[in-house]
Amino acid sequence: MEIPYTVKPRPDTGLINSKIGIWLFLASEVMLFGALFSSYIILRIGSESWPEGSSYLSVPIGTFNTLVLISSSITMVMAWASLKLKNFKKFQIYMGLTILLGLVFLGVKSFEYYGKFSHHHYPKESVFFAIYFTMTGLHALHVICGMVVNAYFWGPGSKMWQTNPEQFTNRVETSGLFWHFVDLVWIFLFPVLYLL
Amino acid sequence: MSEIEHSEEHIKKHVRVYISVFVALMALTVVTVAASYLQLNTFGTIALALFIASIKASLVICYFMHLISEKKLVLIVLLFTTIFFLGLIFLSLLAYFDPVVYKNVA
Amino acid sequence: MSDHNHEKLGFWRKYIFSTDHKVIGLQYGITGSFFLFFGFCLMMLMRWQLAYPGQPLPFVGNLLGESNMPMGYMLPEFYNALGAMHGTIMVFLAIVPLIFGAFGNYIVPLQIGAPDMAFPKLNAISYWCYLLGGVVMVASFWAPGGAANSGWTSYAPLSVTATIGQTYWLFGMVLLITSSLLGSVNFITTVVQLRAEGMTWFRLPFFVWAQLVTAFLLLLAFPPLEAAGVLQLMDRLAGTSFFMPSGLVVGGEALGISGGGSPLLWQHLFWFLAHPEVYVLILPALGIVTEIIANNTRKPLYGYKIMIYSILFLGFLSFIVWAHHMYLTGMGTTVSTFFQTTTLIISIPSVVIITTLFITLWGGSIRFNTPMLFALGFLPMFGIGGLTGLPLAFNATDIPLHDTYYVIGHFHYVVAPGTIFALFAGVYYWFPKITGRHMSEVLGKTHFWASILFMNGIFMPMFIQGMAGVSRRLYDGGATYELAQGVLHWNEFMSISAWLLALAQIPFLINLFWSPFKGKKANDNPWEATTLEWSTPTPPPHGNFLEAPKVYRGPYEYSVPGSSKDYSPQSQKEI
Repeated sequence: MEIPYTVKPRPDTGLINSKIGIWLFLASEVMLFGALFSSYIILRIGSESWPEGSSYLSVPIGTFNTLVLISSSITMVMAWASLKLKNFKKFQIYMGLTILLGLVFLGVKSFEYYGKFSHHHYPKESVFFAIYFTMTGLHALHVICGMVVNAYFWGPGSKMWQTNPEQFTNRVETSGLFWHFVDLVWIFLFPVLYLL
Repeated sequence: MSEIEHSEEHIKKHVRVYISVFVALMALTVVTVAASYLQLNTFGTIALALFIASIKASLVICYFMHLISEKKLVLIVLLFTTIFFLGLIFLSLLAYFDPVVYKNVA
Repeated sequence: MSDHNHEKLGFWRKYIFSTDHKVIGLQYGITGSFFLFFGFCLMMLMRWQLAYPGQPLPFVGNLLGESNMPMGYMLPEFYNALGAMHGTIMVFLAIVPLIFGAFGNYIVPLQIGAPDMAFPKLNAISYWCYLLGGVVMVASFWAPGGAANSGWTSYAPLSVTATIGQTYWLFGMVLLITSSLLGSVNFITTVVQLRAEGMTWFRLPFFVWAQLVTAFLLLLAFPPLEAAGVLQLMDRLAGTSFFMPSGLVVGGEALGISGGGSPLLWQHLFWFLAHPEVYVLILPALGIVTEIIANNTRKPLYGYKIMIYSILFLGFLSFIVWAHHMYLTGMGTTVSTFFQTTTLIISIPSVVIITTLFITLWGGSIRFNTPMLFALGFLPMFGIGGLTGLPLAFNATDIPLHDTYYVIGHFHYVVAPGTIFALFAGVYYWFPKITGRHMSEVLGKTHFWASILFMNGIFMPMFIQGMAGVSRRLYDGGATYELAQGVLHWNEFMSISAWLLALAQIPFLINLFWSPFKGKKANDNPWEATTLEWSTPTPPPHGNFLEAPKVYRGPYEYSVPGSSKDYSPQSQKEI
């Protein structure tokens, strides 16, 4: 017996397996980052003094990175839409752009890290830096994971387009959902760490 | 999703939505940075920044992640996740800041 | 997706790196049983120190190394490591993998009529993550300074300043949590998507419901502990102060850290997982017991829908009761009252489920076979465990009982004679399906009566000691404490019971290894049960069902009036 509903949705739930799987995974991710944001709030309210993020972190760089990540979200969704329109060439361009923008984001992030380290700001300096490095570090780890998956679908994984285009489109949608979630986390991280 | 729903015409309409959402997200990013330079009190700054972030997040989740047309089951899972997440934040906060009142019993 | 030319698979692909849910279930079962035994051994060592504090342990003591038991005398650090690792191993490496990983994997796809789990490769990855996490945990015993020794709760700041074993513990936990998360995504997707035709939500066996709720608890409660684990790793490795308050002095010296963190934060994040975790341990056990009781009373389950609503309510509520573990941390009365109220409310659905099981017994023609004995033994044992929890739920009565042996007794009644009895019941019940042969009834009944006797011998005196005020963390079992003198003699009694309990498992082990080869042959449905796993060949082939099953009725249609037999399988069309 084949495992059913990998390509065609189950009639009563209206979903394919991977769709519900990724949403469940994202639900657990919400709890993971939710716990970190809760920790941030509790530590901040409990602290005697808390530095304004902009006094240590560069708002222009942070803003630039936010714009980069948002752009990578639109290219991701356009990559999926191109597959829906059966335009594989366009998919490759948009997916390539998504990966490239992810690289830009990571490059800028490591430049920021380097700047902090060279000014002797380490996680142990204060709770602010501890939470800054932990949360952005964990986020960067998610960016890397998303990029690895996207790169696979851009490169070797895209062979599936010849054999099973429908399933390939679904796979790109699934990895897209993860990528948008990573963007979503940053949308909160940016004001919380840089602006408040 | 059904075949009719994802006809070529339909997808093209989607793409136009994506582009307007993208423009809105860009604009809101600029707004949130600009707002941080306003001389509001602490509460106002935090509330405004989180409010704008929430709008941006809803745009991403509703349109890029298609939650607006997603099946009921997914919505139920996310609803409960949200409830438990809020429980985690607010109950632990409450536990921190509910003062213990020491009464002199003796 | 899955391999169909399974006949051609070699040994490695078929038995070691398999993606078949049944093989993975057995892998979980074997690995989990090993850890169950290992955790039990740790406890038996501790019981020596508690019964005969300061006396050298003959033979075994000399084998455990100079750094742990020089000349057979147990060092306090080693005692602490044993306690911490006993808790961690039993909860995270033994019971959850056995009841969720092993039984869930093997039984759930069969009961819902699915060919496999929804994501077979992910299923294999969860198992290997779990095994790796387990290896890291056990390896920590050889770390300098020994294994983690800050209690299974790893409260900060003690755990942050502890020896390197704690770092192993944290890495192990991160792996175990990842494994559980992947597993729970897989379980939920499987139950939602792969139910056979006609298997509506209210035709699912209660065991499947229990596993589904459990999977949701794991999915949403574990990530905060993963976050907390990452924060504690940062505290230990990068010198941050997430859980470290300002001005902390250890051993007369101020620590060179920034401070400004909160030790209580760890407790919140830890208990946000660890309370739902208790329900992760008990809900699948209730599921197993329900299957066996319905089958052996030969009558429909009383209040099937009530049980389902209860378990859903229980699952929901278990997320907002966690701070009842923290009444003594200086919470104010408002919050204490809130958590006291939710805790008392959560006892209602548990009582409802137990009561419906008791009512199901009423008027049934009960078959007292070994699985049924264990299932029946479960009911009063879980009852004692549950009812002794009530004084701990009220914050006024919790204050004197907190951290005493009373808590240990309460918790172990729920998990040891509770969940472990359900595990045994499940093994005896599904053994014929897995191997095609019955286990010996004589050995099984010997195993049951000896186990229930010694289980109570271990845990009942804990209530007495606890109410006398004996703390759970004493290295000498209270020998040097004035308040413990009156109840000290129970220590030896409990220890001997524990060692005898180990001997009581010998009939089970003989049964387990002898029966697959020499046991009485069983047909495809030896218990004349109704659920779908009994309508496949024995043992189930790769892909489970010869043709896609169809479901025509509810899960517990026993003794249906007008039927020729006293059971109507779910896949049977006419009565």
